[in-house]
Amino acid sequence: MTDLRNGKDKTLGEILRSQGISRRSFLKFCAATASMMSISPALIPKIAHALENARRPSVIWLSFQECTGCTESLTRAHTTTIESLIFDSISLDYHHTLQAASGHAAEAAREAAMRENDGKYLLVVDGSIPLGNPGYSTIAGISNYDMLMETAKGAAAIIAVGTCATYGGLPHANPNPTGAVSLNEVIKDKPVINVPGCPPIPVVITGVLAHYLTFGSIPDLDHLGRPRAFYGNSIHDRCYRRPYYDKGLFAETFDDEGAKKGWCLYKLGCKGPTTYNACATTKWNDGTSFPIEAGHPCLGCSEPDFWDGGGFYKALSMPTENISKTAVYTATGALAAGVALGTMNQNKKNKAHDSHSKTTVSDLEK
Amino acid sequence: MSASVEKGINALKGQIDSTVATFFSSCVHCGMCADACLFYTETGCPTRTPIYKAEPLRRIWKSEFTLMGRIGKLLGLTKPVDEACFSRWEKMVYDSCTLCGRCSMVCPAGIDIALLIHKTREGLAAAGHAPQGLIDATRRSVETGGPMGVKLPALLAQIRHVEKDTGLKIPLDVVNADYMLLLSSMEIINFPEFIEAIAKIFNKAKLSWTISTESYEATNSGIQIGVSDIAAELVQRIVDAAEKLQVKTVISPECGHAYMAIRWDGPNLTGKPFNFKVRHILEVLDELRLKGQLKINKKDSRRLTYHDPCQISRRGGVIDQPRHLINLFAENFVEMPDAGKMNWCCGAGGGVSANERADDLRLKVFQRKKDQLDKVKPDAIISACSNCRIHLEDGLEEYNMDIPLMSLTETLAEYLED
Amino acid sequence: MTEIEFLGWVRGTGFQLATVIFIAGVIIRLVEIVMLGRKANLAEPGGSEMRSGLRTIISRMIPDKSTFQRSSFTIVSGYIFHIGLFICIFLFAPHILVFKDITGLSWPSLPTPVVDAVTVVTIISLGSIMLHRYQNCVLKFLTNTEDILVWIVTLLPLVTGYIAFHRIGSSAPGLIALHILSVEILLVVFPFTKLMHTFTIFLSRWYNGAISGFRGVES
Repeated sequence: MTDLRNGKDKTLGEILRSQGISRRSFLKFCAATASMMSISPALIPKIAHALENARRPSVIWLSFQECTGCTESLTRAHTTTIESLIFDSISLDYHHTLQAASGHAAEAAREAAMRENDGKYLLVVDGSIPLGNPGYSTIAGISNYDMLMETAKGAAAIIAVGTCATYGGLPHANPNPTGAVSLNEVIKDKPVINVPGCPPIPVVITGVLAHYLTFGSIPDLDHLGRPRAFYGNSIHDRCYRRPYYDKGLFAETFDDEGAKKGWCLYKLGCKGPTTYNACATTKWNDGTSFPIEAGHPCLGCSEPDFWDGGGFYKALSMPTENISKTAVYTATGALAAGVALGTMNQNKKNKAHDSHSKTTVSDLEK
Repeated sequence: MSASVEKGINALKGQIDSTVATFFSSCVHCGMCADACLFYTETGCPTRTPIYKAEPLRRIWKSEFTLMGRIGKLLGLTKPVDEACFSRWEKMVYDSCTLCGRCSMVCPAGIDIALLIHKTREGLAAAGHAPQGLIDATRRSVETGGPMGVKLPALLAQIRHVEKDTGLKIPLDVVNADYMLLLSSMEIINFPEFIEAIAKIFNKAKLSWTISTESYEATNSGIQIGVSDIAAELVQRIVDAAEKLQVKTVISPECGHAYMAIRWDGPNLTGKPFNFKVRHILEVLDELRLKGQLKINKKDSRRLTYHDPCQISRRGGVIDQPRHLINLFAENFVEMPDAGKMNWCCGAGGGVSANERADDLRLKVFQRKKDQLDKVKPDAIISACSNCRIHLEDGLEEYNMDIPLMSLTETLAEYLED
Repeated sequence: MTEIEFLGWVRGTGFQLATVIFIAGVIIRLVEIVMLGRKANLAEPGGSEMRSGLRTIISRMIPDKSTFQRSSFTIVSGYIFHIGLFICIFLFAPHILVFKDITGLSWPSLPTPVVDAVTVVTIISLGSIMLHRYQNCVLKFLTNTEDILVWIVTLLPLVTGYIAFHRIGSSAPGLIALHILSVEILLVVFPFTKLMHTFTIFLSRWYNGAISGFRGVES
């Protein structure tokens, strides 16, 4: 029998099966998601059941001041993965990079999605919002801020994808010419799930979606609004090169013996110790590798203001600005000040000497 | 009758130099100096912590000679040096410190605490807070020539006795003599045997020596009370006599602070280098020993020990000489624990013996010396400072200890070959 | 201010401020001290000032037997925490990088777990020192606000460093920032307190040795 229902009415399970995904591999995905998100294995059937029976939710994806890297990260996987299928299986009603419609038709699609799914649709945002001048970034003549506030109103949940949306990212970097801000700074009335990273790990986005579809709620978040399941550990704590750090074995340059032996990249500026993300465990490119494994220090891209962290290749403990010159100027100035004070002291001593009259025995009593 | 707080502060200001600033900058309040001071160890009183005794000087340094202190003074945050301060520190500085310098040897920061306390005395004396006993001794020194009021006729009388007893001539006012001997009043009055011993030894060694009738007093109350002007005046008397007689070397007798005054402080007080040398009597005797001019024919089999006078050993540098000399006649010489440069003070140096107010305290802290003596149980104690000697005798009596005390010079003379 | 912003501030502006105050303060104090001058000694020397001064700089590290017995706690705990501080400050790899960044000089580091253990020992010894301060009557008597302040600012970098390394209670950027801030507080307080003994102790020992050595006594 031909299923005459349109895509939106099909459950996720039905779609997956129609695309040839076996139940076995689907359950494997559920188990992997559960383990990644530190959910008890006992809940795997619940995840599977929830996902299989979920109706495709409407998703509106807004892109503001961004580079499309986040979208690229999610869509340019080399092979089709279950994660990407999950992503395919939502009803992406508005995404101006991916949608076919343009101009008025595109905006009409967004308005229609908002109207039809009021209070139920998911809002995904990448890119920061310029507050300096609304004209810095507009879509269909609507400023980013206005479009965001309008769309956010009826959203069931808001997910900020990428460092620009979560912390302002590159546009927010010093001196922040557009007055770029993150979602958190303008949306105060509902929680924003932050999925930072430049770009974020694809599976983290699908994991958050899976959680929302399964439990109907947003996952446990840390103080920066990030799902703890993915951002609970620092890169440093989970890094396979950590033993070298503890032993004090460091690569000093990118081509020295230490670098070849795969020693710790701390001295080359690795921000692993202050960066919370899942790179070291989930890795990138279908679990192939992650920057440190490729021999490059972590840039700390999933942390606020990582652009302004004082240089990617400057070790974390080092001062961010060149202090040597300041030190020389200070020393010179202090020397002059010291000599001035020293001269005052000498004058004081001389005065004490001059005002001294020879002490005789009769001067010993009051 | 013109001592005042202002003069005291002015005097303290005059004492500040780079050593003072460095020392105060380096104190970390570790308290180790207290453990090195017999006035603390024997009384357990924390106000007797050596570095704390120099507090008035520290306050002046801090508030007048440091940037932060100047700012603090403007804001009224610094502790004042006033009448109350001087009065509070008087006993700490004069009664419970003998300037023995043991703290200076122990301080891990290398602070010469005894130097700081001595400098603090300059302020207290100028502010009218020196103890009456020391003021009186100083007045006698300036007015009569010696702290005990001993005048020339008394010395001449003693000399006549010695000449009669020994049949030796004591050379007086000999121009161009090699050595000019100084004496302490204590020796003139209580221990004329010292003059006798010198006469015997020098005669045997055929030394060219003399005593000046114009300046024979070695002690210097100005040093003890902490008044540089008076100390300088007393030193100048010796310099004048030595220059008049054109002697090559001035000999400091068996007295601790006298050696400090004439040997190490003297030229700095008068402001110009001496054109003669200054030696302690033990140094002179040791030179004679090296030249083979000390022939000893008797041995002493008693258990003997040597009490290092602080100003001669630790502060003066005459440490090995007495031991070489004692070993000439002693068959059974024993060292007390901490002997030498780390020896414990008798408890009465630095003017404490001239300060009647401190009598009970000096006898109390003698306990330290008693403990040291108890460790070696000597049959007799040898020393080389009349002040130590008098106080050791007092202390031994107080603690019912029956140990004879001997002067090294006198003992040496006794064992000299006839 | 986010944690990363805080970290950025302490590594940037904060560090600059602290270093400027530290360098200026230390130099002003040393110049003040040296410029007070010292009169030449006119007495006939009994030994070399220079040789004895240099000797005392080293020899004052080793107390004589009787002093050791009398002040053993102070000496042992003092040794432990000074050596501990030295190891923590100068032999931890991330710290060496700071010195390298400023001075261009670098030296080998100790394995991290060793520094970690030394930190614990140093913290314990500093704790026991404060306890001792309040149990010993002399120390209790001498102790003033400055002593407490100096103790706190010395202890804080150790504690915050330990917490940051083990990420106790919060996340790394904030903890590392707190650690760096505590060091900056130490640097700012340094020139105006007894912490100056770090520099002046050498001069002080030299003077002590010189004064004694001039009279022919090894001090």
